[in-house]
Amino acid sequence: MSTAASLTAARKPAWTPWADPAARPYVRLQNIVKRYGAHAAIDELSLDIFQGEFFALLGPSGCGKSTLLRMLAGFTEPTSGRILLDGEDVAAVPPYRRPVNMMFQSYALFPHMTVEDNIAFGLKQDGVARAEIRARVDEVVQMVQLGPFVKRKPHQLSGGQCQRVALARSLVKRPKLLLLDEPLGALDKKLREQTQFELMDIRAKLGMTFVIVTHDQAEAMTMASRIAVMDHGRIVQVGTPAELYEYPETRYVAGFLGDVNLLEGRVVDNADGLVAVESPHGGRLAVRSHGEVLPGSQAWVAVRPEKLSLSTASPATDVANSVSGRVWDIGYLGNLSVYHVRLDSGQTLVSVQTNQTRLIERPIGWDDRVYLSWDPHAAVLLTH
Amino acid sequence: MLTRFNAFNAVSLALGIAFLHLPIALLVVFSFNESKLVTVWGGFSLKWYGALLHNEALLGAAWVSLKVAVTSSTLATVLGTLAGLALARYPRFAGRALFAGMVSAPLVMPEVITGLALLLTFVGLSLDRGFTTITLAHVTFTMCFVTMVVKARLAGFDRSVEEAAMDLGCSPFKTFFVITLPLIAPAVASGWLLAFTLSLDDLVISSFTTGPGATTLPMLIYSQARLGVNPQINAVSTLLLGVISAAVLLATVLETRANRRRERETAAA
Repeated sequence: MSTAASLTAARKPAWTPWADPAARPYVRLQNIVKRYGAHAAIDELSLDIFQGEFFALLGPSGCGKSTLLRMLAGFTEPTSGRILLDGEDVAAVPPYRRPVNMMFQSYALFPHMTVEDNIAFGLKQDGVARAEIRARVDEVVQMVQLGPFVKRKPHQLSGGQCQRVALARSLVKRPKLLLLDEPLGALDKKLREQTQFELMDIRAKLGMTFVIVTHDQAEAMTMASRIAVMDHGRIVQVGTPAELYEYPETRYVAGFLGDVNLLEGRVVDNADGLVAVESPHGGRLAVRSHGEVLPGSQAWVAVRPEKLSLSTASPATDVANSVSGRVWDIGYLGNLSVYHVRLDSGQTLVSVQTNQTRLIERPIGWDDRVYLSWDPHAAVLLTH
Repeated sequence: MLTRFNAFNAVSLALGIAFLHLPIALLVVFSFNESKLVTVWGGFSLKWYGALLHNEALLGAAWVSLKVAVTSSTLATVLGTLAGLALARYPRFAGRALFAGMVSAPLVMPEVITGLALLLTFVGLSLDRGFTTITLAHVTFTMCFVTMVVKARLAGFDRSVEEAAMDLGCSPFKTFFVITLPLIAPAVASGWLLAFTLSLDDLVISSFTTGPGATTLPMLIYSQARLGVNPQINAVSTLLLGVISAAVLLATVLETRANRRRERETAAA
């Protein structure tokens, strides 16, 4: 988790068309509704995606993200709403006439064709000249390193190789928009992480717009320029990975991207953006907030586990936020240690500490009384 | 669990096989009989097979049977495949249950009734009975077998493959011919072979729908056997048996190979 967060932090957000009101969106979804009987799979959804983005639709299964992707591909028609692609309404255009290609979750390779024929299939449909087909197939085969396998049939390939064929096949037509449906879901962890970076490189090299569907938040955070977090057919929040991680707007988003500690309480004071929350779990807590919060309203103070500092000594009295409890569980991950601290109120907080020295003997052990403290800037105030 | 092969198993297997196949074995054996008497072994000979070549009536009937079988099984395969597609692909349409029931009804329908119904239809339409009516009748009762085989194959079909083809710019019509059909070809071929063998050995429905000049091989064998068994009949029956066994074997091999390939593909994916 923290590795993905540091990666996005390292990326300089110099290119932000979504922040520019004059920029024209490349893909516009306007008030999309998709109903199956009484159930709305997509509910009044609007979204803008800009050219060159690597856009991620993130959410649990059944949240409507795949339905949305299938609408962009043309396999599902919205019940109402408009889909604009480069200014043109494509809601009624069938998939075989859209300048959009999709990489399927199951890869959907043609089992009766060789790797070469699979990749060349789309170009053949467009009546591209034989010599050009050759050249363009060779080019993508190089890009995804499938050279030695072009004469093989899909059943003679490994899962990772099939994934590359599916990618090559969807890239070869150089679509305006490439849709990726859980493209890395079937790969093992090492290969998945390696492929994430390859996908980012390929996108940058070809300058296409990518829309990816995933339920894996680390994957979305690593690759995406922006992420739309979805739930029950709606978009809950759209933002860059860092925005979503550091400034979630709801408990759902905070909990979906990474781990979070939530301390429930009531707002007692709001002065110059410094909000005081009275919580049964830790007394009076201070948190920075720029939103409108009324004293007396219910609120949650959300703090990420890595932003809590842990010590056995009682912190100085000028520390804004401090709670104490007993160490309940310790998880040792090599680079990190995860401490589960049970507060006197009964709630458990999670604190992640980097292991900066080699641990022979733990400085903090089970049942030790510890103090967790954090800065008002490190926490976020959530009202729903 | 593997059980040892013991005397009990051996005896039951032998009895079962004898019960099923002894009459057929006798027919085959006596087709190579030197003697003209059907029940007395007079030594090995191929003379009855030789005599077949000069039996105009038998050769003519065999030719009619072959033409009917090829034409009707081809038509039945086209119609049966389309019906199988409709049943497998459209889980809900008005009258689906009725359609599914009606497609498979000929599987259990008494042949006499099918034959009589067809005869009444042809008479009602004032169709001249003969080659055409037999062929149409055979299409009617063999189509359902093709539908069953094709439907079973489509049940395990990954539709995203077709979607991928359309996504890459292939029209739905063309997708059927370049993606769907090649992938279900083994099932279609074994459906054709099944329809072919059913048509080749049908007697009841053919008898109802035939007319002058259109005598099929089973009809000829039956009428001659009533006049007294001629060893030539044994010989021609043996040949018919050979053709049908070969067709069924081929259909089985096609299906098994397709199944194995599918297993390999799913294992790889």
